[in-house]
Amino acid sequence: MRQTRTIEISTGLFIILGFASLFFLATQTTNIRAYSDTSGFIVTASFTNVGGLKVRAPVTMAGVNVGRVTEIHLDPVTFNAIVSIQISQQFNQIPDDSSASILTSGLLGEQYIGISPGGSETFLKNSSKIQFTQSAIILENLIGQFLFNKASSGSK
Amino acid sequence: MRFLLHEIYYIALDFLQGMGASFLFLLRLLSYTPKALLRWRIVWLQIYSVGAMSLVLIMVSGLFIGMVMALESYHVLVKFAATAALGTGVALSILRELGPVVTALLFAGRAGTALTSEIGLMRATEQLAGMEMMAVNPIRRIVVPRFIAGAVSVPLLTMIFCAIAILGGFYVGVDLMGVDQGAFWSQMRVNVDLVDDVLKSVVIKSIVFGVAISLIAVYEGYYSLPTAEGVSQATTRTVVNSSLAVLALDYLLTALLFHGV
Amino acid sequence: MMTEVNKDNDNVVEISGLKYRVGNKAIFDRLKISILRGKITAIMGPSGTGKTTLLRIMTGQVLPDRGRVIVDGKNVARLATDELYELRTQMGFLFQNGALFTDSTVYENVAFPLREHTHLPESLIRHIVLMKLQAVGLRGAADMMPTELSGGMARRVALARAIVLDPKIIFYDEPFTGLDPISMGVIVRLIRTLNDSLGLTSIVVSHDVEEVSAVSDHSYLISDGKVVAYGTPEELVHNKSAWVRQFMKGLADGPVPFHYPAPDYASQLLGEEPA
Repeated sequence: MRQTRTIEISTGLFIILGFASLFFLATQTTNIRAYSDTSGFIVTASFTNVGGLKVRAPVTMAGVNVGRVTEIHLDPVTFNAIVSIQISQQFNQIPDDSSASILTSGLLGEQYIGISPGGSETFLKNSSKIQFTQSAIILENLIGQFLFNKASSGSK
Repeated sequence: MRFLLHEIYYIALDFLQGMGASFLFLLRLLSYTPKALLRWRIVWLQIYSVGAMSLVLIMVSGLFIGMVMALESYHVLVKFAATAALGTGVALSILRELGPVVTALLFAGRAGTALTSEIGLMRATEQLAGMEMMAVNPIRRIVVPRFIAGAVSVPLLTMIFCAIAILGGFYVGVDLMGVDQGAFWSQMRVNVDLVDDVLKSVVIKSIVFGVAISLIAVYEGYYSLPTAEGVSQATTRTVVNSSLAVLALDYLLTALLFHGV
Repeated sequence: MMTEVNKDNDNVVEISGLKYRVGNKAIFDRLKISILRGKITAIMGPSGTGKTTLLRIMTGQVLPDRGRVIVDGKNVARLATDELYELRTQMGFLFQNGALFTDSTVYENVAFPLREHTHLPESLIRHIVLMKLQAVGLRGAADMMPTELSGGMARRVALARAIVLDPKIIFYDEPFTGLDPISMGVIVRLIRTLNDSLGLTSIVVSHDVEEVSAVSDHSYLISDGKVVAYGTPEELVHNKSAWVRQFMKGLADGPVPFHYPAPDYASQLLGEEPA
């Protein structure tokens, strides 16, 4: 029957539209990049305090995204935080004396890792350790420091 | 006072009985699902009448909700000079709450009532009994295809709703209110997580809502009293119970999936 | 498919010791009925005696509290669901309002059992459907919708649908109710013709004495949950019970009184007795 054919086609269109919407939502509105890059090498860095750093946080150099945080766990011996970073395969010429800092995007935004290049001729590769790290700035410490300075300068 | 306690007691018992009965009905429906799917033409026709026919309602509603969310958010954010966050605000509110919940409520009203009254009228005019007498299981032939159609349509409709709402928000925010296009999308992309906000929120919530609404709709229709009042009461119960169930499940899912109670 | 034919008496349906209560009221009290194969048997009685319920019990739609209901050799009350469905493919059931599917055409309605239970090709289904519609005289209405049909026509379509799988037994639930004289005559003729030409056993539940008498071979008269009389229509009219005669002749007054029990009329009018 003509009518059945129209119905079947319309339903098919409906279902395709639904999945197209899902595709649109997944790719255009989300941080899908965070999940898609599976090629790369892993390096670790040790921090005394990671602050609000989260897994899948971006890792940048000069503001350009070079990788993601893949794991954060506590070293049971030194009680430092060990952060594993996956760096895209294309960035295989980062000097191995570069330093990693935990920075905040904006004033109160989420935290990420910024890598400042060193000068070494050997490069970071799989299982390298980044030696020079700068921990997260904790707001409370900053305020405490400010007040302390204020107090001590006030008493002069 | 005592009378009130009595009433509450009976209401509570009725509620428990309803929950139990509908859950058992759900198990029955699921047991017939594989066989019912073999007659895919019947299911397909139901998806058309329940899902595709609701498309216009859902798309228009999505558009307006997205637009109004952008408008409201803009006027709040502009006070903090934070309009760059408009994309994020619109996307998160739609994906996490408004999308699944509003779609579900609209669906309950438009398609849920249609399902209930159709099945209820078939019961009242003895069409279901007639089918039984022709050795055709009416649950497998009539009820299950409609249940499947509802459970499948709600997630699809929700995804369409969310996509259109965000686009509507984009139109109002960027084209009408002048927010920067790049900021709108890039901020959104940073802050909207694929797993948390799309998969868990939109997909899982809408699947749960779809199953709940379809179950309630076909259950009320199938067990309605075979009179005119019976069908109309069943239809009302479908809307009321579906809506309450959706809102309650929404809280439950949000708590379980994201935040802890 | 197994069919145990009882060679002693060729009864398609045997009901014995049937008991069924709804709430406090006993609908059936040790009812015993036998339906002969190949004949048209009528079940009559006043409104509300549960004649329709009896049909439902015979077809397994309702379970009795007690008793044996043997249909075509099988105890209907004890069957598992798929066995019951198997049995039902051998039965036709005509509901009082036809119970046609309102969203399909007449053709689709009659074709429904064929489509659900057989894998016949469309061309063969077409032949069978048109044949059955021809038998009830409605082949020309094949493309109409049930809402366009008159009551009598709807019932005839339902009849065509009921015989489309060539059942052995056919049940009629109040087939004459609400029809004009011509339609009634049509149904009477159809019941007789189909029964004889298709070798069916027909069970007709009705309280239309005149029509039933014209069509049935034997009739049961049921009242208060028991069989009150049994016999050919002729025999029943001359039954020794005055109540049976009142029923069969349609007399306004007799053992079933005209007046519902009430206090003394004169006293009530003069205000001495309460209303």
